[in-house]
Amino acid sequence: MRSIIKYFGEIFGGFFSLLTGMKVTARYFFTPWKNVTQEYPENRATLKMPDRFRGEVVMPHDENNEHRCTGCGLCELACPNGSIEIITKSVISEDGKKKRAIDQHIYHLGMCTLCNLCIRACPSSAIKMDQTFEHAVWNRAELTKVLNKPGSKLMEGVKE
Amino acid sequence: MEEYKEILLTSDEIKTDDYLVNMGPQHPSTHGVLRLLVKLEGEKVLNVQPHIGYIHSGIEKMTESLSYIQIPHLTDRMDYLAAHMNNEAVSLCVEKGLQVEVPERAKYIRTIFDELQRLASHQLWWCAFGMDMGALTTFFYGLRDREDILDIFEETCGARLTLNYSVPGGVMFDIHPNFQRDVKAFIKKFRQKLPEYERLLTGNVIFQERTKGVGILSKEDAIAYGVTGPSARASGFSCDIRKKQPYSAYPYVKFKEILGTDGDTFTRYHLRILEMYESMNIIEQLIDNIPEGDYAVKMKGVTKLPEGEYYQRVETGRGEFGVYIISDGKKNPYRMKFRSPGFSNLFAINNIAKGWKIADLVAIMGTFDLVIPDIDR
Repeated sequence: MRSIIKYFGEIFGGFFSLLTGMKVTARYFFTPWKNVTQEYPENRATLKMPDRFRGEVVMPHDENNEHRCTGCGLCELACPNGSIEIITKSVISEDGKKKRAIDQHIYHLGMCTLCNLCIRACPSSAIKMDQTFEHAVWNRAELTKVLNKPGSKLMEGVKE
Repeated sequence: MEEYKEILLTSDEIKTDDYLVNMGPQHPSTHGVLRLLVKLEGEKVLNVQPHIGYIHSGIEKMTESLSYIQIPHLTDRMDYLAAHMNNEAVSLCVEKGLQVEVPERAKYIRTIFDELQRLASHQLWWCAFGMDMGALTTFFYGLRDREDILDIFEETCGARLTLNYSVPGGVMFDIHPNFQRDVKAFIKKFRQKLPEYERLLTGNVIFQERTKGVGILSKEDAIAYGVTGPSARASGFSCDIRKKQPYSAYPYVKFKEILGTDGDTFTRYHLRILEMYESMNIIEQLIDNIPEGDYAVKMKGVTKLPEGEYYQRVETGRGEFGVYIISDGKKNPYRMKFRSPGFSNLFAINNIAKGWKIADLVAIMGTFDLVIPDIDR
């Protein structure tokens, strides 16, 4: 007799346990406003990434096409993957002195692991992380970028 | 062919019924490129031989050409579900060598991040384990709650998976102004959601039939194989580094080390659910008491460790993670060795899967929570 009770008890207990799980899923089925999914490509206009999101390295320029990079090369040293290359040139300033200035700040996005070490290393806050994240390109060469804009020069008051 | 010969020689004499099956490297339940060479008699497992190295990335060798500041970001890529703990282990080891005292604020932030990371890791493990057992529903429920934690990470340190937040000397940024509010809101929400996990999977009769009493790992075997973490604690082996050698802010918090007795698949499963409650307790004790002050000490431009050997271990979601540095006084380590929990846990599987069916092997492997890049490094 006891074994029969145990037998049916297991069957009904099993059914009950399945229904308990079904209750959870059914509740979400009938309350679709509790869903948490984002419709990503459609919500591009409203999608805002957090301020600190590490998307890619950029060099901000002001309205006079001036940046803050002195070409000291500390970011190049801090980078663990060699994704930053700095090419410097010497310019002659107004008072006739020779001075080092940046020619090209080359950034290989394809090699970058977005570890934020270059931004920590920069003494003059010349580079920062941008919040873009759609980096797909058709040609791999497009991932190599020159961060300083053509014809740009060093902002006044930035010291090495 | 060599390896087939090897298994034929090492195992007992082969009968006509026995055959060898490659489980992996592209099998979905191995969660990565792990290959198990399984010797079967019908459906019965006779021998399991893991073959690793399909995702070997040579991180230990790469560290020898990097500076101590640059190394932590590579450890994100080993155990990607415990990225913060790995970073912290390297940071603590370097700080030990330099004899730098980290500010209290950084210790608290690190510990909160540890526990958030452990929650995220266990959530992903739970949903993937349910999926291995054929319950696809769990996958969406686990990922839904993990998303909240990743959003908190993203807001404070700018990345979701490869955090690189703990650096030698402290943490990389101060916490975001919304951090405490968000974490408290998440804990409040997740306290309501976690019983849902139990109702969905733990009580399910099919799940219980498949896990209770399956794949028993004895305490002696757990110690002999060097199994650590929740998998070993389910067998009653007390091995929580947070209790044994407290680091960061763990000395200041009260929590239980959860121990099981049976050591079967169900105990290993349920222990992780209980650990999630404990993690939430730890976060609640710390979140309101983060001290004011600096979040990092200023490090010198070039970090050089004094000559010697340094070892530091931390508790990740999977077990004990150790960092061993040999320094010859230069700015790069002479040799760096990582003791990863997955590697030791994997090799205990052969012992406990023998005699069970191949479907049980999936369940046993699932409860060991293997992360393959952590095994191969």
